[in-house]
Amino acid sequence: MTQATADTGFRYDDLGRLIALMTGAEKHGPAAHSTLDVLWVLYDRVLRVEPGGTEEPGRDRFLLSKGHGPMAYYAVLAAKGFFPQDWLRGFGSYDSPLGHHPDRTLIPGVEIGSGSLGHGLPLAVGSALGLRAQGLDEPAVWVLIGDAELDEGSNHEAIAYAGAAGLERLHTVVIDNDSATHGWRGGIASRFEAAGWSAVTVDGRDHAALHAAFTTPHPGRPHAVVARVEKKQ
Amino acid sequence: MDNMRERFVSVTSRALDEDPRLALVLAEITMDGFRPDQQRHPERVINVGIREQLLIGVGGGLALTGLRPIVHTFASFLVERPFEQVKLDFGHQGTGGVLVSANASYDWPAGGYTHMAPGDVALLDTLDGWTVHVPGHPDEAGALLRHAYAAGDDKVYVRLSQQSNAAPRPVDGVGLRTVREGGPGAAVVVAVGPLLDNVLAATEGLDVTVLYATTVRPFDDAALREAVGRGRAEVVLVEPYLAGTSTAAAAQALSAVPHRILGLGIGRAELRRYGTMDEHTAAHGLDPHSLRQRIGAFL
Repeated sequence: MTQATADTGFRYDDLGRLIALMTGAEKHGPAAHSTLDVLWVLYDRVLRVEPGGTEEPGRDRFLLSKGHGPMAYYAVLAAKGFFPQDWLRGFGSYDSPLGHHPDRTLIPGVEIGSGSLGHGLPLAVGSALGLRAQGLDEPAVWVLIGDAELDEGSNHEAIAYAGAAGLERLHTVVIDNDSATHGWRGGIASRFEAAGWSAVTVDGRDHAALHAAFTTPHPGRPHAVVARVEKKQ
Repeated sequence: MDNMRERFVSVTSRALDEDPRLALVLAEITMDGFRPDQQRHPERVINVGIREQLLIGVGGGLALTGLRPIVHTFASFLVERPFEQVKLDFGHQGTGGVLVSANASYDWPAGGYTHMAPGDVALLDTLDGWTVHVPGHPDEAGALLRHAYAAGDDKVYVRLSQQSNAAPRPVDGVGLRTVREGGPGAAVVVAVGPLLDNVLAATEGLDVTVLYATTVRPFDDAALREAVGRGRAEVVLVEPYLAGTSTAAAAQALSAVPHRILGLGIGRAELRRYGTMDEHTAAHGLDPHSLRQRIGAFL
């Protein structure tokens, strides 16, 4: 399996135009989408999954837990060829596979249906355990959550267990746009570190820094990347 | 004789040895019984600690990778507490698994209401596509567990209990079985799982047909229709969980014929009593004497 996905000719600069197909609005800057840079770097340079291989047992898994505002996700999947660009125009309509929350049974390449917060990380823990139990030690499991989503207690059940179990193939990206009402005193990364994870905090708009954080070795431990972006308006 | 939960351990232990697709997820409950299995299959016997949202989520994640998860704890913590996980982490993902509960409606009366789950089957009735097995004897539990493990990617709930009938009946994982046949036009009493013996004792000498249900979902519409015959249908449902849980299913099955249905089972009201299982059975009117009076009054 090759690194990164098939080349459809789309570049990062095209994502705004693809998103505009869904919003119907004028082209949005990347800043309107907190997850855009993280998603692009993951799908462009990190994840080993291809449009033709979305059922491959050995593929990397990316689970979008924070299912709200999936336009950036759909734009990246379309840009990487997981489904036709034409689909974007119907976003949210009755006959479209693209809802305001993603459904894995409708969209090629989408690993989980999400929308209700706090489900992705436990599902990712189970996925990492399931792959390990089948001797599939190569595939990485990634899950993206938000800093406010971290309020959900199910995440803390998963963080504590995954650290204790040493799930090395498990990775969590926390998009931190400071949207949790009560914040995280002591920082988000400290929650993961205290549970035995490797954790780094980086600028969520800096592609080189994100790539370095995503590819940091973390032997014997799950890995968390806290991607800081602008505070939600 | 071993009880249903002990049978769950022995049957699952063997199944884990034989079928590499099976993986067991626990949240401490019954962990002691599975310790030797965890040593043999450390990556397929998973104990997440006292974390029931994670329990179901991990089961769902295992299913996403192609395994068949067996997920187990007490019914109140398996179905009620993480109900949204049951709804979303299996059905919504298009995956399946086997949920195996213990403790049922009042297996530990002295433990009080926190450990009682009379509403589990009614909750699952709000979701699509769950098979529900309610064995009435440890032998039946073993057979239904094996049936559930082999049921492809189906979503299956197996409700184990300390309560048991004296003798096992043959079970096939589908439908109703006639255990007593009444005359033409006789009323039909459907006894679910461990309440069969009480129903048989209660209806001794009455002209009724008794059907035995160990698989209640999907509901066996055809068998009920056949049992009531062509005339006016009189049906009593006797269930070891919330009273009336299957009334809608039975009414649906009989929608083309005039019918009356009495749904007996566990009452909604908290008793706030401890004591024994027998005392609770009587308090809910499910002992043979009470059943006889209630069924007689209805007919």
